[in-house]
Amino acid sequence: MARMTVNAELCKGCGLCIPACPKNIIRFSEEINSKGYHYSECFDQEACIACKLCYTTCPDVAITVEK
Amino acid sequence: MAEKVLMKGNEAVAEAAIRAGCRLYFAYPITPQSELIEYMSKMMQKAGGTFIQAESEIAAINMVYGASGCGKRTMTSSSSPGISLKMEGISYLAGAELPAVIVNVQRGGPGLGDIQPAQGDYFQATKGGGHGDYRLIVLAPSTVQEFADMADLAFELGDKYRNPVMILSDGLLGQMMEPVEFKAPKTEKEIEELDKQHYDWCMYPNEDEPNHHHHEINSLEIDPLVLEQHVIKLGKKFDLIEKNEVRYEEYNISADNDVVVVAFGTAARIAKSAIDELQENGKSVGMIRPITVWPYPYEEISNVLHDKVKKVVVCELNLGQMVEDVKLAVNGKLPVEFIGKVGGILFTPDEIKAKILEGEGE
Amino acid sequence: MEIIAQRPKSLTDTPFTYCPGCTHGISHRLIAEAIDELEMRNQMMGVAPVGCSVFAYKFFNFDMAEAAHGRAPAVATGMKRARPDMHVFTYQGDGDLAAIGTAEIVHAANRGENITVFFVNNAIYGMTGGQMAPTTLPGMKTSTSPYGRDEKDIGYPIQACELINSLRAPYFIERVSLLSPQDILKAKKVVKKALQFNKEERGFTFVEFVSTCPTNWGLSPVDALAWAKENMLPFFPIGNLRDRSIEGEK
Repeated sequence: MARMTVNAELCKGCGLCIPACPKNIIRFSEEINSKGYHYSECFDQEACIACKLCYTTCPDVAITVEK
Repeated sequence: MAEKVLMKGNEAVAEAAIRAGCRLYFAYPITPQSELIEYMSKMMQKAGGTFIQAESEIAAINMVYGASGCGKRTMTSSSSPGISLKMEGISYLAGAELPAVIVNVQRGGPGLGDIQPAQGDYFQATKGGGHGDYRLIVLAPSTVQEFADMADLAFELGDKYRNPVMILSDGLLGQMMEPVEFKAPKTEKEIEELDKQHYDWCMYPNEDEPNHHHHEINSLEIDPLVLEQHVIKLGKKFDLIEKNEVRYEEYNISADNDVVVVAFGTAARIAKSAIDELQENGKSVGMIRPITVWPYPYEEISNVLHDKVKKVVVCELNLGQMVEDVKLAVNGKLPVEFIGKVGGILFTPDEIKAKILEGEGE
Repeated sequence: MEIIAQRPKSLTDTPFTYCPGCTHGISHRLIAEAIDELEMRNQMMGVAPVGCSVFAYKFFNFDMAEAAHGRAPAVATGMKRARPDMHVFTYQGDGDLAAIGTAEIVHAANRGENITVFFVNNAIYGMTGGQMAPTTLPGMKTSTSPYGRDEKDIGYPIQACELINSLRAPYFIERVSLLSPQDILKAKKVVKKALQFNKEERGFTFVEFVSTCPTNWGLSPVDALAWAKENMLPFFPIGNLRDRSIEGEK
């Protein structure tokens, strides 16, 4: 069991987490946050392996990973 | 400690600073204050403090900023060209509301100038030098004893108002030897107590929540509305200093004065000789000697200009700087005359007497 | 489930003001994580520079000083000498460290001050709008080198690690990259090592981060990483230049 959560308000839609994820389960959301950024989201939590590479590359500490 | 010792001004102020609890000194050599840094290189280490000969006057004032940010009594010294380099640091100290003592042993300028005593940094000290709306408390000694006494006073005022303080001396006072009596040195316990007085704002060892503090030593306020409030607050502080901290000396001031002299520092010493000689010949001249040149004794000068006084004579070792403040004080009531000397040369009592007597009997 | 990665305690809750994809946020986090893990937070004081990271004093959750441009190593010297029982680091960019602050960094390093200097190298001046830096690459276009940096006129990029390595006193000098998650994990180890040496009072430690500036390079964050890998690493090679602990020195 693993989960990555993005704090939508802190995310600036930089996109660094997307290629970082070895399972390719991160994408930009259709929604925007209050600053107008399309924040990242995990669309397949079941496939998350809690490798933390998304957290590692996020410049805004917007990601929390649980295992 | 009632013994008097014969000491050079530069060394006396250093000794006094250590006794006042200063344990961090950072500076760069420059004539005519090299004796100060050399004295500190020995005695600060002996006192268990930190002495660093920094790579420049700029580095030195920034080391002062760091040490002061930690709530400690700290000092730097230099002479005119080096003080120019410190102006950025002084503005930052004032903006971040940090106490610090800066000693300027003035020499001839502008530019590289020469190494003889002068008073050409008055504008720089009292009207800015650094950028922005700030004021430096400026103390101007005229004897070696006063120079030494100002160390403790400068630290006290700095702590009281959280502001940098300058001791505006010159090459003559720095180099001459006179008898000095020192205060008893602060004990380690007293220095510890001094340290704690700043714990509401300084950087010091932290604890976990809920007692965790996050102190910022900073002068940046990118939001103009917040900066406005900060600068207004600084302004109120400066108003308070102007109200409470003016210091000056009255010399031979009496109802018989028909001329009043205004001079500070070394110029005032020379003027005193002129005044004494004139008094011996029955001419009554009084002098106001500002001890703080910021805040300036405007009112105190104005108050001694009774009806018998015919003119005011300002004596300075420069092209005419403090004379502008005297004109403000006099406010057009009387003529204000000026005698100056530049190039690092001193005027003589005779030259001052001649200026005072100028126009007499016309 | 338990949280295995979250905001370190040594960061405040204040959102970073950096551009999207700017690696400043990553280096801040690595430093904060290391401080947490080494339990140094309550003895820590940092110095923020002038540049994009001028607001670093808002982001780190312990006492911070804001220094004048380039003066951070001198401010840090004053702080460390005033409170030797505490730990000090500076965080500086290209202009701060390699232009206006060259004297201050060389002399703090030369004195062997017990501080850690974190140097963020993105070959440009970000905060002021993308001007040339001492680390700008030959031929690189910036707002003050519009025809490309001409090394015949203005010289070559300064290699700060190599410069510091010419001095005898420094204890640890290493250049790291933030250009991929794997590099970031390696960088974290180096940051932690430097701070560990700081905690043990071993001397002057220096870590240079090869970083990006997507906004002023005119590239997307992901493209900026690729550009930096290809163009910056040849001038700023990753690796350790000095580690006096290896010879068993304390």
